[in-house]
Amino acid sequence: MAEELRIVLRNCGVIDPLKIEDYINAGGYKALEKARNMGQLPVIDEVKKSNLRGRGGAGFNAGQKWTFVYQASADQKYVICNADEGEPGTYKDRIIMESDPHRLLEGMAICAYAVGADKGYIYCRGEYPYVVDILRQAIAQAKDKGVLGDFDIEVRMGAGAYVCGEETALIESIEGKRGEPRYKPPYPGVSGLWGKPTVVNNVETFANVPDIIEKGADWFKSIGAPSYPGTKIFTLSGDVVNRTFFEVPTNTTIRDIIFGLGGGIPGGKKFKAVQIGGNSGAIIPESLLDTPADFDSMAKVGATLGSGAVFVMDETRDIVDVATRTAKFFEHESCGKCAPCREGTMRIHEIMEKINQGKGKAGDMNLLERLGRVMSVSCLCGLGQAAPVPILTTMKHFRADYNAKVKE
Amino acid sequence: MADINTIINQYKSVSGGLIEAYHAIQREYNYIPEEAITEAARVFSIPVAEAYGVATFYSYFKIGKRGRYVIRLCESSPCHIAGAAEVVAALEKELGIKMGETTPDGKFTLEYTECVGQCQSTPVITINSQPVRDVTADKIPGILAQLQ
Ligand SMILES: Cc1cc2nc3c(=O)[nH]c(=O)nc-3n(C[C@H](O)[C@H](O)[C@H](O)COP(=O)(O)O)c2cc1C
Ligand code: SF4
Ligand code: FES
Repeated sequence: MAEELRIVLRNCGVIDPLKIEDYINAGGYKALEKARNMGQLPVIDEVKKSNLRGRGGAGFNAGQKWTFVYQASADQKYVICNADEGEPGTYKDRIIMESDPHRLLEGMAICAYAVGADKGYIYCRGEYPYVVDILRQAIAQAKDKGVLGDFDIEVRMGAGAYVCGEETALIESIEGKRGEPRYKPPYPGVSGLWGKPTVVNNVETFANVPDIIEKGADWFKSIGAPSYPGTKIFTLSGDVVNRTFFEVPTNTTIRDIIFGLGGGIPGGKKFKAVQIGGNSGAIIPESLLDTPADFDSMAKVGATLGSGAVFVMDETRDIVDVATRTAKFFEHESCGKCAPCREGTMRIHEIMEKINQGKGKAGDMNLLERLGRVMSVSCLCGLGQAAPVPILTTMKHFRADYNAKVKE
Repeated sequence: MADINTIINQYKSVSGGLIEAYHAIQREYNYIPEEAITEAARVFSIPVAEAYGVATFYSYFKIGKRGRYVIRLCESSPCHIAGAAEVVAALEKELGIKMGETTPDGKFTLEYTECVGQCQSTPVITINSQPVRDVTADKIPGILAQLQ
């Protein structure tokens, strides 16, 4: 039976998020002080050695990313926290920022020290104005206390564009422009905000950093799955008894999350499907529930860990209808910069609507498969590349549901 | 109400401040008046088309009048399967308008949104950006009655 292990959420519900004294009394800002005494490179090495991998979806080694920015020579460097959290079913970054904002600030400050940046931004989604207030209060307190030294943090608000979670679109948005992804390379580590070397990490990634510095890389590496160590916060939604958040070691299985901590399916109903990682994640059946939730194990079964959203559907749910809903989402959120995504998301949605209304033909499924394959390799950014995933995975695992809706 | 020019000018020297300026305008007016676009173009020294381009890119911004209470309903999958459609029906029936419309007295506007990050308590609506959780069709009359 799965058990929670709280590292990132250690202070959640324990301290008053709006009192910096509470955070300091709980040992807060000690890691930042320690980091400053260690020296820049040893801090980066420790984070790299811990194998802390990005919690925003791509799973890149955080210390490795910091190295690029450290090595770049520039008069100005930036640290950006990605708090755009737009994947449907995801609310973990909100929980971290609401319950322990100083942990995020400390993680960012350690990163800023290590890479040599004196300016940071938190890009928080526009749907969280109450979180923005908390962050701004926390920053003011940290300035008053002088704990951040010469590191300055500014909060910027997103404005309802899912694509702005993509790091280069996010950077465009901070620059005051339309949030359209840039061509990569160059990556932000080389040329990011206003062309300067920039670290972009997720809220949960930064929130892990103080404990890694305090307790060391070996301690962190010993937790969870060896290739993606530490914990991960999962946010449960849909047909599950405990619709809430859990922080667990990364080797916990999906089944343990849904049936152990999550309490199973309400109303005596049977499990049908789960979508992990938000709308861009795979929708998988019962037979894959024993997969550990870590990044690589999920990838091996054709699924994604993504943001850690766990959206559960019981036996009464219409899978084709849910997949159609995700198709509409991607059509709406496509930024329109590249043709395969702009046109592809529209066509997928069109065909899915047809199938969902019982007007589809058998050939439509082949068409979706081809279109999906083309998009996954030809779209400019992860949005278009992932848009077909819920469609392709439901056609694979729940073919009978499609067949039932398609005539002849 | 603070006037448009005063609000936008506060962000003139902020790097990339255009979006922050739009947020400030929308906090004051609940929407972005047409004049704010041309004024922003002037203050930030960019073409009017670009100022429009930025404002229309972001679904959180709305150019043109909205009601005093902007009610947005999340239609992302977790809210969808939890009965968002019934909440839509109740809202439309109580207010006598369709999604996307504003009541003739200028009090309410109904809009769709994607996930607002409160998926533990679906379905969710937001009223002037404040989330209202676990909404059901029969709670709608009571919720609306509290908005004066
Ligand atoms: C369409 C799209 C949306 C994304 N949304 C988010 C998001 O909301 N939050 C996030 O941290 N990363 C998001 N990402 C991933 C970021 O591009 C980037 O990889 C991440 O912020 C890096 O931080 P990490 O290494 O700490 O995970 C998104 C990527 C894509 C393609
Ligand atoms: S894949 Fe879609 S969202 Fe990404 S750049 Fe192309 S059009 Fe924009
Ligand atoms: S899915 Fe509706 S709030 Fe997240």
